[in-house]
This record gives sequence, structure tokens and C-alpha cells, in this order.
Amino acid sequence: MEEIHDHGVIGNCRSAALVSRRGTIDWLCWPRFDSPSIFGALLDDRAGHWSLHPTAPFSSRQRYVPGTNVLETRFRTAGGSVVVTDFMPAVSEEEKHELLLAEHEILRLVRCEGGEVEIESVLRPRPGYAQGAFRIRDAGKLGVRIHTDQGLMIARGSVPLAIVDGEEIRGRKLLREGDELYFSLVFAADAPAVLAPGESCRKLYEHTLRFWRGWVSKLRYHGPMREAVERSALALELLVYAPSGAVVAAPTTSLPERVGGDLNWDYRYCWLRDASLTVRALFGLGFDDEAEAFVSWLLHSTRLTQPRLRVLYDVYGNAPARERELDHLGGYFGSRPVRVGNAADEQLQLDVHGEVVDAVAHFVRRGGRLDLETERMLVSFGDYVCRRWTEPDEGIWEPRSGRRHHTHSLVLCWVALDNLLRLHDQGHLAGIPVERFARTRDRIRREVETRAWNPRLRAYVSELEGETVDASALLIAWYGFEPPDSERMRLTYARIREALGAGGGLLYRYRSADSPGEAAFGICSFWGAEYLALGGGSVEEAQDLLETLCGYANEVGLFGEEIDPVRRVAAGNFPQAFTHVGLVNAALTLSHRLRGRTPHHRGIPAADSEGGAAS
Amino acid sequence: MNTSSWLLWGFVGTVVLTTIMAGSQGMRLTRMNIPFMLGTMFTPSRDRAKLVGFLVHLLNGWAFSLVYVAAFHALGRATWWLGLGIGFVHASFVLTAGMQFLPGLHPRMASEHHGPTVVRQLEPPGFLALNYGVRTPVSVLIAHLAFGWILGAGYRF
Repeated sequence: MEEIHDHGVIGNCRSAALVSRRGTIDWLCWPRFDSPSIFGALLDDRAGHWSLHPTAPFSSRQRYVPGTNVLETRFRTAGGSVVVTDFMPAVSEEEKHELLLAEHEILRLVRCEGGEVEIESVLRPRPGYAQGAFRIRDAGKLGVRIHTDQGLMIARGSVPLAIVDGEEIRGRKLLREGDELYFSLVFAADAPAVLAPGESCRKLYEHTLRFWRGWVSKLRYHGPMREAVERSALALELLVYAPSGAVVAAPTTSLPERVGGDLNWDYRYCWLRDASLTVRALFGLGFDDEAEAFVSWLLHSTRLTQPRLRVLYDVYGNAPARERELDHLGGYFGSRPVRVGNAADEQLQLDVHGEVVDAVAHFVRRGGRLDLETERMLVSFGDYVCRRWTEPDEGIWEPRSGRRHHTHSLVLCWVALDNLLRLHDQGHLAGIPVERFARTRDRIRREVETRAWNPRLRAYVSELEGETVDASALLIAWYGFEPPDSERMRLTYARIREALGAGGGLLYRYRSADSPGEAAFGICSFWGAEYLALGGGSVEEAQDLLETLCGYANEVGLFGEEIDPVRRVAAGNFPQAFTHVGLVNAALTLSHRLRGRTPHHRGIPAADSEGGAAS
Repeated sequence: MNTSSWLLWGFVGTVVLTTIMAGSQGMRLTRMNIPFMLGTMFTPSRDRAKLVGFLVHLLNGWAFSLVYVAAFHALGRATWWLGLGIGFVHASFVLTAGMQFLPGLHPRMASEHHGPTVVRQLEPPGFLALNYGVRTPVSVLIAHLAFGWILGAGYRF
């Protein structure tokens, strides 16, 4: 089993695979992010993998081909060196009209760069989280067929592939300088399947490079840490489910927040909570199409449950699969249980409406217009908040230890109503009960200012009348509830650093009985940097902290949900959209401040400008 | 020949046949996607192929139903059991001879002997279309029996 941080990720905006530094694909779900795994060795060595590396002892490094999600793993042995290039083919919509493409495919190109190296491929499929039936059959020139309940897979390569014990497919070859090989694995739910011949692989490689470089050329960011921001944008795009515009939190399940612990959750779903921060990151970087697609997904996917909102949805806006434990899997380095599906869906989290409304406000800020149905929906959200804001909820961190009056949830209730009133003032939203919304908004503010402020700790605390701090309080300034340079925010920041600092600029999200041994939280650490950039500190402080935090990315620039404060490596599900969103937003805010612009513009323009309609 | 009756029941039979095949795919009884298979004769674009293939399939359905109607006239009657019998012969022909000839007719289909090439990349169906799933022959047979039953029961001289 290989460690989380020793991985790169490849994908095609529909599914993703993790490729280790040893050249092993040990996580792959097809045909969708949340489909059962085909390779799951990251959670149990017996759960399937596809290794491709030299037969002799080797050292290896990974990198992405610049500006792309095409991953290179370079192996060095005593006899020579080879590079394995892994990718899922991706082409533009125009090119799709000209090319016959497999539904899903992983291509692995091998090139010997010097000397002589024998390389071996071992493909051991274990579909259905290693519980599904499968049958392997040699179909001669058409490849090796793997029949599963999920669909057909076909393995092909430019070396003979042998079926071993009906369980795995092996091929090996001695390469000399300049020699090239290819291996392909295709998934097909439709017949006839598309089988790319060897001659097409190089062409698909060129198409894929062009696709990603074309996409990344839309990036409008010229501030500090540009390389890290570009990699974060590319990682985020890999987590977008293109057919619907949804963004999954991560492509993995049950990578533990603490090795050996039981905080192992399935993140292959879309959390509404991430909405506002993700939309701001996408718009801020210039990816307006992706941001608008995500807003559309938000509005469509929530239609069935409005005004109540689920905490999370699948990529098509349905309820996530029922949570269950896979007892037959040993878990990442013994971290059990392995869970699939997510029961957080049943929780009450009152911050969600605020985040969705804030995402819509970003959309309007960028010139979007609201249709009548969306307006009605927003008004119903405001009404829902007015009726329920006094209730306790599970809050942003989804603990399973009961409901409380969380400060963050209350602030987001305030954000929902404040944004709705601003949208109304500017003529974007009609038919709202202004007086009721304004009265409730002001009551929420008073409640937070009086009961969430702890005079003894001199900080905003995690819950009303509480005695502990929580890193989510750093967002109070981000959402415009309190100026970043106010005394209360400065004191809160200082208290959070003192109580939740994990060293090296890292922050824990909170400290409680729910989180013994938990690693530092990625996005909370970036919230710290963003708070400084927002005006809570000097530019130099913000830049130093951001640079330090970016240094904790793995070899290929990716972050997990958490960062081990001792080893400074990734923990939790990987790669994590929320952490990369945190990095991007901190960099955007710093960049604005460096250019003398208002770091975080919350104004909404009047409704007389042209723009696209949310529908 | 009663043209309007042929057009109506040929259309209904084709729609039912297509629905049974699509339903079989949804229930994972087969992977065979007839519109995709036919459409890729005309375009490499996956989405366009499914649309073009559906239209071609509809025209094919009418063309084949003309053969059924000719048989009804030759035999002097149109009954559900006669339609069922012709449907059985039709399905048997498609699964055996039809699938064998397909790689030769389809410009983008690979052959079992030569494997895929730059131009021919589609997996061939194989004997009884078993490459598209072991239950494919059953799905194809049921769909064609339904097609014949509808024509036999519906067509009026």
C-alpha cells in the first residue's frame, strides 16, 4: 500500500484515477466518480490495481506535463531510465465530432529514455469494491476482455498480454533507448466498444495536451504563487463532472483524517457548502463557464427539496447512496471502517442556504441575471432561514455528536438574508418581505455579537455561549459580517492561532473529543492566509504564510483534506477540492491587495447590465 | 397493400423493438446499442451517431416490415402467430448471418482477425452478437418476436 501523498491524479471530468509514484493505479471508479471501484488497492492490497514499472529496483519521480493533467512518472534503474505517461484522453467538443472515442479510457505510454530497462504491467481488476464478479477472456487481436457487472473493460497493449490464473493480466518487455510501448484500458457500457489502435495513442496524447493547455489558457491570474494556483485550477477541473457541472469534493472514499482512526468518509459527492467558495474561485480565475455551470447545477439539483436543502447531492442532484461499511476491506493502513455513501445527508446544517445564496450573489456580481423561478426559489430560502435560524444544527464540520447553536451557521444565515436584501436593493430580486428579512438579519447579528463573542477568551467562539474557538470563525470577515481589521477579528485570529495552531502556519479546524489525533485542516490553514490578505495582517505576513502553506503540496502540487503537522504530508481524501479552493481564494485576495484593489468586493451592481440568466 | 396500415404498424413495431433493446441495455442484459452501432456508419461523433442511428433504425424498421407485409400477402393472412414466426426467422438471420457480415459492411468496425486499425476501431459483434453480452441473443430474439407479433396482429389487408 502506498501513502496518500505519493500520488498524482488523472481524469476526464467524469471519473478519476490515482497513480502512485511507483507507477501503480490503485484507485479507479468507472464510469462515474461515485461508481464502485475497479482498482481499490489504496484501501486494501487485495482490492485491485494496475502496476507498470521496471522489474529491477528503481527510484522514481512524478510531474505533470506543464499546463496539463497528463502525468509523467520517471523511473531510474541501474540499467537505464523510462518514463510512463498516464492520462485519460480528453478532447474539445469540436474534436469529439471528428474522433471516435472510447467512453472511458486510460492510456499508459512508455518510452525508454536511456540504457536498457525491462518493464512489466500487472493489471489486477477487482470490480465492485472487490466484491463484484468478473471474468477475463482473451479475444486475440481485440485485446483481453474483462466482463463485469458494471460494463466491459478491454485491456490492450503493444506487448503480448497473458491471463494468469484467470485473475490478472500480465505483460513485460525489455526496452532499449528510444523504444516505445503503449497500454490501454477501455470501459464500455455501450456496444460496440471503441478500441484505439496503437497508432492512435500518440494522436490522443497530442489531443489531450491540446485540450488541457487550451483550458488552462483561460486562466486569468497573474499574482503570487501562480504555479500553485494553476495546478489547483487543473485539479479542480478534474473534480468537475462535466455532463452536469457538479464539483465533487474528492475522487476517493475513506482515506482517513487520522491513520488508524475511524473518521473515514466518502467524499465522492457534491457538498452545497463548497458552493460559494468554489464559485468565487472559478470566477476569480476566469473560468466563467465552469462557474456558471456549477451555479446552474446548484439551482437545478436543489429543486426537488426546496426550500429545504440537502447537505450533499450526487453529480446529478440525487440523494447520495445510503451509507454502508465495507467490512471486507482492511482500509488505508488499517483505517477502518471503509465507508461508501454518506449519511451526513440526513443532518441539519443551517449554513447551507447562506452558501448557496452567496454563490448566486457571485453569479450576479459577474453579470448573471436571475430568472423568475430562481427568484422565487431564493425568496423561499430566505423564508426558510427566517423560520429555522433559532434551531441548533450539526454545523459545518458535520460531527455526529448532536446538534448545537453553531456560530458559523448563524453567520451564514445572516449572509443569506443580507445577500437577498442586497439583491433586492439592486433590482435583481422582487417579491421579498423586506421588513421581515431585515428584522431577522439584524436579530441574527445581535445574537452573534452578544452570545458568540466570549469576553473571557476575547474571541468569537464555535457555538453560542461556547468556550472553544473554531477556525471557521476566520470566515466571519470573508463574508463581510465584520471588517477584517476590527479589534474583534484581530483578537479572534490571535486566539485561533494560539489555540488551533499546528506549527508551520497550519491550523486545526477545532479541538474537541471528536478530533483526537486529527491532522491540520488544509482549507482552514489557507483561511488564515486569506484573513491576513483581506486586511487582518500585512501583505508580507500574508504572502509569507501563503508561500509556506503552498510548500506542503505533494511532489505534483496536490493537497488532501488535511496536512499531517509533523510530516507535512497529505491526509484524508485526496485530492481535495476544498483545500485547492482555499489556496486559490487566498491567492486571489492577496493578488487584489497587492494591486491596490479592494481585496474582497461584496457589492452587487444594479440590475441594468446585460448578462446570462441562471436557469 | 394497405400502405397506411404498413406505415403505422411498422412504426409501432420499430418503436417497441427499440424500447425493448434500450430497456435490455438499461437492465444490463446486453450492451448492444443499435442506434450507436448504426450511426457510427455515418459519423464518428458519439452523440450524433446515436441520433442518426435512431433515424436509420426507424427507416430500417419500415423497410423490414415491408418484407413482413409481403409475406402476409403471399400467405393470404396476417395473424399474431404468423408475425411471431417471421420475427423468429428475422432474429435468427440478424444474429447469425447479419452479425457475421457487419464488420464487412460497417466502415468503422474492426474484424476479429485483424483487430482495430486507425479507421476501424469498433468492437465487432461476433457469433450471435455474444461480444455484446451473453444475454444479447435473448434480448434480440424477444425484441424481434415483439416486432413480428405487433405487425401480425395490427396489419390489415
